Amino acid sequence: MEQAPTDPERQLQPAPLEPLGRSDSGLGVAVDEEAEGAREEGSGGDTMTHNNFWLKKIEISVSEAEKRTGRNAMNMQETYTAYLIETRSVEHTDGQSVLTDSLWRRYSEFELLRNYLLVYYPHIVVPPLPEKRAEFVWHKLSADNMDPDFVERRRIGLENFLLRIASHPILCRDKIFYLFLTQEGNWKETVNETGFQLKADSRLKALNATFRVKNPDKRFTDLKHYSDELQSVISHLLRVRARVADRLYGVYKVHGNYGRVFSEWSAIEKEMGDGLQSAGHHMDVYASSIDDILEDEEHYADQLKEYLFYAEALRAVCRKHELMQYDLEIAAQDLASKKQQCEELATGTVRTFSLKGMTTKLFGQETPEQREARIKVLEEQINEGEQQLKSKNLEGREFVKNAWADIERFKEQKNRDLKEALISYAVMQISMCKKGIQVWTNAKECFSKM
Amino acid sequence: MGTLGGAGLAAAAAGRARTLGMEGERRASQARSSGLPAGGADGESPGGGTPFPGSSGSSALLQAEVLDLDEDEDDLEVFSKDASLMDMNSFSPMMPTSPLSMINQIKFEDEPDLKDLFITVDEPESHVTTIETFITYRIITKTSRGEFDSSEFEVRRRYQDFLWLKGKLEEAHPTLIIPPLPEKFMVKGMVERFNDDFIETRRKALHKFLNRIADHPTLTFNEDFKIFLTAQAWELSSHKKQGPGLLSRMGQTVRAVASSMRGVKNRPEEFMEMNNFIELFSQKINLIDKISQRIYKEEREYFDEMKEYGPIHILWSASEEDLVDILKDVASCIDRCCKATEKRMSGLAEALLPVVHEYVLYSEMLMGVMRRRDQIQAELDSKVEALTYKKADADLLPEEIGKLEDKVECANNALKADWERWKQNMQNDIKLAFTDMAEENIHYYEQCLATWESFLTSQTNLHLEEASEDKP
Repeated sequence: MEQAPTDPERQLQPAPLEPLGRSDSGLGVAVDEEAEGAREEGSGGDTMTHNNFWLKKIEISVSEAEKRTGRNAMNMQETYTAYLIETRSVEHTDGQSVLTDSLWRRYSEFELLRNYLLVYYPHIVVPPLPEKRAEFVWHKLSADNMDPDFVERRRIGLENFLLRIASHPILCRDKIFYLFLTQEGNWKETVNETGFQLKADSRLKALNATFRVKNPDKRFTDLKHYSDELQSVISHLLRVRARVADRLYGVYKVHGNYGRVFSEWSAIEKEMGDGLQSAGHHMDVYASSIDDILEDEEHYADQLKEYLFYAEALRAVCRKHELMQYDLEIAAQDLASKKQQCEELATGTVRTFSLKGMTTKLFGQETPEQREARIKVLEEQINEGEQQLKSKNLEGREFVKNAWADIERFKEQKNRDLKEALISYAVMQISMCKKGIQVWTNAKECFSKM
Repeated sequence: MGTLGGAGLAAAAAGRARTLGMEGERRASQARSSGLPAGGADGESPGGGTPFPGSSGSSALLQAEVLDLDEDEDDLEVFSKDASLMDMNSFSPMMPTSPLSMINQIKFEDEPDLKDLFITVDEPESHVTTIETFITYRIITKTSRGEFDSSEFEVRRRYQDFLWLKGKLEEAHPTLIIPPLPEKFMVKGMVERFNDDFIETRRKALHKFLNRIADHPTLTFNEDFKIFLTAQAWELSSHKKQGPGLLSRMGQTVRAVASSMRGVKNRPEEFMEMNNFIELFSQKINLIDKISQRIYKEEREYFDEMKEYGPIHILWSASEEDLVDILKDVASCIDRCCKATEKRMSGLAEALLPVVHEYVLYSEMLMGVMRRRDQIQAELDSKVEALTYKKADADLLPEEIGKLEDKVECANNALKADWERWKQNMQNDIKLAFTDMAEENIHYYEQCLATWESFLTSQTNLHLEEASEDKP
């Protein structure tokens, strides 16, 4: 994978901590399972593997979540959750880690970071944030943002977000990202000072480009379709999974009622009493086992959700390409029409309708001096235009090259991660089955002793 | 009169010893002369029978006794004696045999190889007439018993006929635990009376009903039961018309309830205990019925959702080049688990739900039996009271009271013995039903486990293959 051009202003020179080597070492897509060990501390046991850039050198964890109250922009009281981000550097020799930075951030600051990255790295598939509000809930989960389970899952998601950035060969070197981890106060101001909001492409412009572009790179068109399909199928899957979880919960919990009734019944039975009573106990165990099972499954759902949100990141890159391509096409069109005008003026033939042409016909020709002047202006413009077109062309090609490189990286990451997620799902099912066999075998024994 | 033979009875009673007391004989002739209807009774042992559970020893001796006694009696006497004794509504002064004779009665535990009556209920058929639509069920009976004219019978009966049979059995044996019939209507109220599930459930329950009667040491020899199994439709209708009319029976019920309240006061201790058990049992079994139905419903809904879950992975695999295989594998695992769930559901529906529901109905039945016992006792109590206070027909009363005392004792013993038998059966049935349920669940989880484990193994193998391929 080639190294993308780095903007010296935005990249940290020299890098604060050495990522492994410079341009090429470590940039390859390596499936390094050991990197997991380095992040074990404080993480939620997330099992995704990453490229190990900073990971061998620094550890990032979102270790705590805390409810806070404060005043918002409109000076109104509000409650929010703050997350503690801890950064540790790992010593070469002995593998010991030292806490270098620790600060609190809230979700909106994460959003700000991401929006900044989107503007300055449009050719990168920027990792998504965990969901703002709980979606795909089933009846047990509350949709409340303050719910402890939701907060916990969000904490893990935010940690994952930071780790993804840290393991990205280009994003990890961003100064603002570094400051996010290290500069508690004033960080927001620093970000805003970059003026990234102004640089952002307007939504309207982008939409316009999408409709009007004539020759986008086919790969991006295909990628857009793919991302739409990915989003649609994962949403569907998550919805059905939530319903299945709901039903499964019901099946398990109703069995709990047996426990109570068996116990009451055993009071009047002489021979059957003991068997009933102990069988009832096992029914209770069975009923309560579903809580942990579904908690685990929720993590699996979160892994899928990340890729659901990645679909939007993919589309963002496609949109940028379309915008650039459209820009290019317009510039080329503009240039062509100017050239034609120039030619017409020079040869005196009027092939294209123009107001000027009409007026000259009606009100008389312009003087040769006027015409010369006009031609000169046009020639200057044409020159400029050609320069611009050249550079735009170059820019466009660079963008496509770099973007596509990152997309390839993303694809490999996605395939790895999704495979792992599906396997972890199987592991969860196996564990659930084993528990079920045990409980029912115990219950059967009790029944047979009745 | 029906086609019974006392001698035939004895022959058929292999393993079932019955003795008929002398007093019973005397009563019988009196009954006959008083013109009481004889229809509907069978070659029953008097007093509704007092089966003593589990005593299978010394059968040889008793059989001899039985045969001896039976030889002395002619068919009609046996028959009519039973007939009179069976007519045990509260205002009949008829008496069962003395308690002494009861001691000689022994009931042998049903031995499977001695089973000589096999009944199946199948082939529900719909009949449409101008007035109504109804379902009949085919009933096939195979038997080696002598008192049956043939060894195989096939008849068609409708639910009403079953109701009639039950009524007759209750009449003849008020303190025996008659097996319950499936409900007349579905509790939740059905739009269409005859949907397939309802009919199938009912058919199975009717099958159970008849077989339980066949297995009951006393009820199996009931004459109405025999007629039910063998008579042609027109024969049955004409037979049904004999016997007390519906209205008089209804009148009896009302009076019975009123008088049974009295019986409660003087209920002996053991029957108080029995009643407590019945009340608690009824509560618990009803709850278990509800819980089990609910579990079935939840499992069904889980199954419905799961059916959709697998195919989504297939859909997904269409847009993923590298993940096609793993996604398809996951989809097939989910589908297999789905099938396993379906099997578990149907296992539950077969093994657990009908058994639990039958015992719900049994618990209602038991309360009825209790009431009837109390009512018999109330009769006695009221006469005793009359003796104490009125002294009007003082000379007649002691004799009546004596008869009633015997009747009460008979009823109590009948109930006690049948109670023990019922409890034993209940324990066995419940134990079996729940063990089956546990077994279904174990099997379900084992299947799912195997499915996912083989998926995991194949993934690991794939991974190893790929790893070795990468090596130069």
